[in-house]
Amino acid sequence: MNTSLNIREKRFIAVAAAIALVFGFTPVASAMHIMEGYLPVGFSVAWGVICIPFLIAGYMAIKKNLKENPKTITLLAMAGAYVFVLSSLKIPSVTGSCSHMTGTGLGAILFGPAPMSILGVIVLLFQAILLAHGGLTTLGANTFSMAIAGPFMTYGIFILCKKIKINRHVGVFLAAAIGDLFTYCITAFQLALAYPSESGGVAASVVKFLAVFAPTQVPLAIIEGILTVVIIIGLETYAQPELNDLGYLTGGVK
Amino acid sequence: MTATKKTVIGLLILVALIAIVPLFILQDAEFGGSDDAGSVAISEITGTEYEPWFTPIFETAINGEIPGEVESLFFCLQTGIGVGIIAFVMGRFVERKKQEDGKSGLKKTK
Repeated sequence: MNTSLNIREKRFIAVAAAIALVFGFTPVASAMHIMEGYLPVGFSVAWGVICIPFLIAGYMAIKKNLKENPKTITLLAMAGAYVFVLSSLKIPSVTGSCSHMTGTGLGAILFGPAPMSILGVIVLLFQAILLAHGGLTTLGANTFSMAIAGPFMTYGIFILCKKIKINRHVGVFLAAAIGDLFTYCITAFQLALAYPSESGGVAASVVKFLAVFAPTQVPLAIIEGILTVVIIIGLETYAQPELNDLGYLTGGVK
Repeated sequence: MTATKKTVIGLLILVALIAIVPLFILQDAEFGGSDDAGSVAISEITGTEYEPWFTPIFETAINGEIPGEVESLFFCLQTGIGVGIIAFVMGRFVERKKQEDGKSGLKKTK
């Protein structure tokens, strides 16, 4: 995606990455559901740095979108609010523990994956600072899983479903649900990288962490999928002009 | 339109069921957070009790854990902000569509 940036933007990204590195050493790096202080410093910094280009791309995507379609700011606010709501609802699951959803699917479907990095990081900061949930040191890793990997997965699935002409609502459901699940898979992977098992290495750890997160998350992913379909139905009914601006109904999601 | 309404209501009931049923089936489960389960898994892999190297700044500032009630306050705040924005925007959309439909004199059916 960087190939389409001009020189000034590239320089901006380089500077931002440098600043991120500096700040990375005072614990202001990254993360979502990995708890504060649970990632070694090196990993915290690395994930934070990986997120920087995505955040900048997200910022630019939002700016460009608002310039071309100023009216869609209402939908953008709504996508952000949706992340706020869904990630605040802790829901009991079949495994006997609670988890919460990500809510990033709606925005990814409407706006594409890049802008979600910004919306996601806002929510993660809110939770890290006020709720001691997630954390500032793990902000990078959590941003990557929830605000970058999840939305990209969602978007990919949504486009794929469109291509093979599945019913649009089914596509929305699959995209949001799988994106939610994928977020937790990435979290498991991140933890496994930081804590490889002595006997089986990273792979064994991935399996172990997945076993912790995945069964809890499956029902929640289904709920997220359904709720996203409900919101989409509402928007299709009442917000057709904005959806047309975004190209959601016609096909070419920008 | 009514078909859509039925679909939406049906879907919402389904969501409520998926969320609530585990509470009835697993009556003696704790329903702790899966994030915490993650830290248990870390201890199991490393073989030692993991000591986080950084505590949440809010907990450092008040020198202790955030009381459960206060934590729920912040979670509610988060939900409230989100729901408020969604309701406001949705309300505007609904009103706008009503006016547009009234003006053009034809009821658009989706």
